[in-house]
Amino acid sequence: MNELLRIEDLQTRFYTRDGVVHAVNGVSYSVSEGEILGVVGESGCGKSVHALSILRLIPDPPGRIESGEVWFDGQDLLTVSDEEIRRVRGGRLAMVFQDPMSSLNPAMTVGFQIVEALRLHLDMTERQAKERTTELLTTVGIPDAKNRLDDYPHQFSGGMRQRVMIAMGLSCNPKLLIADEPTTALDVTIQAQIVDLMKRLQAELGMAVIWITHDLGVVADLAERVNVMYAGYIVEHGTVRDVFKRTRHPYTIGLLGSLPRLDEDPGTELSAIPGFPPDLIDLKPGCPFAARCPYAVEQCWSETPRLEPTEIDRHTVACWRWEEIAQGVA
Amino acid sequence: MEDERETLVQVRGLVKHFPIMRGSIIKREVGQIRAVDGVSFDLYRGETLGLVGETGSGKTTVGRTMLRLYEATGGEVIFDGVDLMSLKGRELDRIRRRISMIFQDPLASLNPRMTIGSIVGEPLLVHKAGNKKQRRARVGQLLEQVGLNPHFVNRYPHEFSGGQQQRIGIARALALNPDLIICDEPISSLDVSIQAQIVNLLERLQNELGLTYLFIAHDLSMVRHISDRIAVMYLGKIVELADRDSIYSNPLHPYTQALMSAVPIPDPDLQDTRQRIILEGDVPSPANPPEGCNFHTRCPAVRLDHCPLAEPELRELRPGHWVACHYAEDYL
Repeated sequence: MNELLRIEDLQTRFYTRDGVVHAVNGVSYSVSEGEILGVVGESGCGKSVHALSILRLIPDPPGRIESGEVWFDGQDLLTVSDEEIRRVRGGRLAMVFQDPMSSLNPAMTVGFQIVEALRLHLDMTERQAKERTTELLTTVGIPDAKNRLDDYPHQFSGGMRQRVMIAMGLSCNPKLLIADEPTTALDVTIQAQIVDLMKRLQAELGMAVIWITHDLGVVADLAERVNVMYAGYIVEHGTVRDVFKRTRHPYTIGLLGSLPRLDEDPGTELSAIPGFPPDLIDLKPGCPFAARCPYAVEQCWSETPRLEPTEIDRHTVACWRWEEIAQGVA
Repeated sequence: MEDERETLVQVRGLVKHFPIMRGSIIKREVGQIRAVDGVSFDLYRGETLGLVGETGSGKTTVGRTMLRLYEATGGEVIFDGVDLMSLKGRELDRIRRRISMIFQDPLASLNPRMTIGSIVGEPLLVHKAGNKKQRRARVGQLLEQVGLNPHFVNRYPHEFSGGQQQRIGIARALALNPDLIICDEPISSLDVSIQAQIVNLLERLQNELGLTYLFIAHDLSMVRHISDRIAVMYLGKIVELADRDSIYSNPLHPYTQALMSAVPIPDPDLQDTRQRIILEGDVPSPANPPEGCNFHTRCPAVRLDHCPLAEPELRELRPGHWVACHYAEDYL
């Protein structure tokens, strides 16, 4: 598999009145052509900010990308000109956001919004663009697409709007689609439709997808590999099967343990993770999870662990004690 | 034990329709949102009844109408032998002390200008329970009970995290020693690792205080974890009601089956092997629900010669297992 995207040591901070928010703290990973990578984490773990940083969509001020490289298709997106990044965005690299209502323009018809992108990026004529838009909306499962081009976003249901967003993301045949919590606002039966659609599109079109979510179940269903993020760090990375079945990081272990599962005996107490995530404003040195970790020792409070390889192929973890934990001696 | 269960609440044929108004100066009613359209169930003392459904299914409206936060369009809610819908003034106040509510958005349900001490103590003040000193002691005790430091009484809601804010809401709900707590999506706005903390707390409190919960949620895995019995709603009606184990091991309504198969399981092996039923289309508008069985427009097992014509009744197919589908016997 050819590497499509490589992120090196990405750091993003926000300079606010209350202090410096350390939102993304040295994230590195790569995505191959045609694969689905999941990024999971809870609110404030930096999963969305890191995605916006890839596309240079961080408002500056207050935000600033402090360091890092984002190699996509032979270019470092963090150093290319503004004009070039605009060409990349929505073209070869598209993004779908969580809330379709606030990312669609309510005063313009859905058809116009997609046609606009096609004419801008692919130099199509009005007529070609309209035909292509109809085709796209049909692909994402909008019934009677041709007659819905002149409808406004509010005339679509939540699930249908998210399909419109996906159609828009797909419009210029992206090599990589970043989907930021695209199903979070939707009901489970509609979520199942969208996840199903994504699987089909990815297989048909061969694009790569970064799927950002807090829902471990969706990741298990959809992705091949997964990054687990906590407090702006990637704390565990591996194939979905390894991360869920041979979990190495105490945070991932805790997260999986705190979920009730449809396939398990109910009635047992959930093993909740005590405490709550750290304040990213005064992030202290040391492991960000130490305060909530049942295995924390002195070293965890003073030195920040970096991702290191484990005994499992292509599975990395940022924990000082992962070996002891894996062997059950911690 | 089955026979000795004491019924705390009987909901019978509860209906809540919201008028759709048009016009700016002279308003006229142009239609009705049939949010709750004939819902009946019992709540046994000490149990947790999970009420699940998707957006617009009417589950929240059921909870609010039971408390008379909305006036019901029709139906009865008999709480401990008294019909709540017919009570007025002081009598209503007296019975309302025994029912409280926990809300979905903890911050929005806490007054930002009040300290958490006065928030938790307010029900005591409103219902004139005890003197000042007794009230203060009770607030301290309540905070401790939900796992908050009693020294925090003078702090404000925004100083707390989402999980802690929900604990404040729970403390307030407990203030008057209620029999029943209506939990309206109490964990949906919380992060996964915090959800488990709150669910564990709710379960502990139920054991200690013998509380009855109506637990309204859309997260089926959490509902299964916390509930003794589960009612599934679709478009203002209960389509299936049974105890937890039978509804999960043998769901009899096609909607319940689809809903359960749509829940993502955080286990890649199981994901690969399980059967998924993916429903087509969207939930119809409750302003104009389909005729006959209101699920027939999306039902994978629909029989067009019957389902769109006749409305199925909620029938008891097995002891305690109720289902509203003409062909539920097929799944027995």
